[in-house]
Amino acid sequence: MVAEDLNAFVTREELEPTGDGPLSGRTVAVKDNISTEGVRTTCGSNMLAHYVPPYDATVVERLKAAGATIVGKTNMDEFGMGTTTETSAFGPTQNPAAPGRVPGGSSGGSAAAVAAGEADLALGTDTGGSIRCPAAFCGVVGIKPTYGLVSRYGLVAYANSLEQIGPIAPTVEEAAELLEVVSGPDERDGTTREPADGTDYASAADGDVDGLTVGVPTELLDGADEGIVETFWDALDDLEAQGAEYTEVSLPSVETAVQAYYVIAMSEASSNLARFDGVRYGQSGGYDGNWNETFARSREEGFGAEVKRRILLGTYALSAGYHDKYYAKAQDARAWVKRDFDETFADVDVVASPTMPVPPFELGESLDDPLQMYLADANTVPVNLANLPAISVPAGEADGLPVGLQFVAPAFGERTLVRAGSALA
Amino acid sequence: MDRRVDDEEVRHVASLARVDLDDEEVALFAEQFADILDYFDALDEVPEVESEAELDNVMRPDEVREGLTQEEALQNAPETEDGFFKGPKVG
Repeated sequence: MVAEDLNAFVTREELEPTGDGPLSGRTVAVKDNISTEGVRTTCGSNMLAHYVPPYDATVVERLKAAGATIVGKTNMDEFGMGTTTETSAFGPTQNPAAPGRVPGGSSGGSAAAVAAGEADLALGTDTGGSIRCPAAFCGVVGIKPTYGLVSRYGLVAYANSLEQIGPIAPTVEEAAELLEVVSGPDERDGTTREPADGTDYASAADGDVDGLTVGVPTELLDGADEGIVETFWDALDDLEAQGAEYTEVSLPSVETAVQAYYVIAMSEASSNLARFDGVRYGQSGGYDGNWNETFARSREEGFGAEVKRRILLGTYALSAGYHDKYYAKAQDARAWVKRDFDETFADVDVVASPTMPVPPFELGESLDDPLQMYLADANTVPVNLANLPAISVPAGEADGLPVGLQFVAPAFGERTLVRAGSALA
Repeated sequence: MDRRVDDEEVRHVASLARVDLDDEEVALFAEQFADILDYFDALDEVPEVESEAELDNVMRPDEVREGLTQEEALQNAPETEDGFFKGPKVG
């Protein structure tokens, strides 16, 4: 397949490094919801088709200073809303590892660019699995960092309390190198923190899992496809042969994690996306009628169906009479997920599961049924609800299609994830 | 059977959210919202959980810093006039 056919990039433009460092000589693709000064940042939306940020996101500044050459802005589900990269206003991206299938979402362009060798490394963002899902579907490595490890300054917000920027790379070591460059406190993002034991991640990619204890939550295997479960167990046997031990654990809270995730994400989205009014930036509705009418018209034209669906459902969940039933209950569910993981990590070092319970969808397969698409996120969203770090690494194939294995660690346990992941990829 | 979400309710939420919808979208969303909200009903089974928020306020000194220039702030606006954003009338 020729590279151009993948549609991995919305904009191809080379941005030169500003310094020398660990990424000198390497190319990095950046997801199109991360601001790049002077280069349009569309979020995969018609609303922002012509938006050119006047500043760089912190992570972009850090990439350039570390010697990276940025090679373009990658395709994505519109505003990060999707699991297939088919909701992009710029057309779907192809999966180079599984022709005719989706690359996963929402960072599908970033994962496809890395899998096809169109960039050495890439940045994605993960709100409910949007780095790990495409990494799994495209057969590459993706890390969703602990909430607060990577600055979100310059990231166009979708659901602030859940999302993090993170690396996608061919190997665990390279993903760890990229994470080192972009992580660490930023005075422009008050939610960032300095991890107690630093941000030295690449050195942990030594593949040493002797004595590592792995918890396998039965709930996350029950709903998964048979072929995926088989590949998952083969990978765990491989780890066991290298000295790791696994034990089954139970995380009952994950049964309502998808519902909680979507209620919270949609609610935050309905608030965040209110800024797109077609006056300061974005698609303009023209000036006939009053503010509300023009505003509503610009949003009708600028937003695609999935974005409208989430804004409306979020507005509904926050509205009088429904707030307690949906939003407040979702916060309870979120606290329950956190507690479940805390209790599990008293007994095991990491939790492992298939990253995705299903193989990559065929293009067009899930578009008519949003609920089916939401259900595919069952294994990834608990991590975002609990603000934990997770990695997806290639675990092999099932029926010729890539299968990803996900490890989850306690907060700021990225070194443990890199170590565990490097034993497999 | 009564639909859980009718067209009128979708139109009402859309007007609260300031998103115009065409009739086809209204009908489709009414159907899909019924399914999705049924699915969200599982949240009724969630126990009340004490969430101990480990939150610290992060403060910085309130110092004047460089921001966007007026030109930069206006560069993405569809219409401007005399250094201002130009928008529709309010109300």
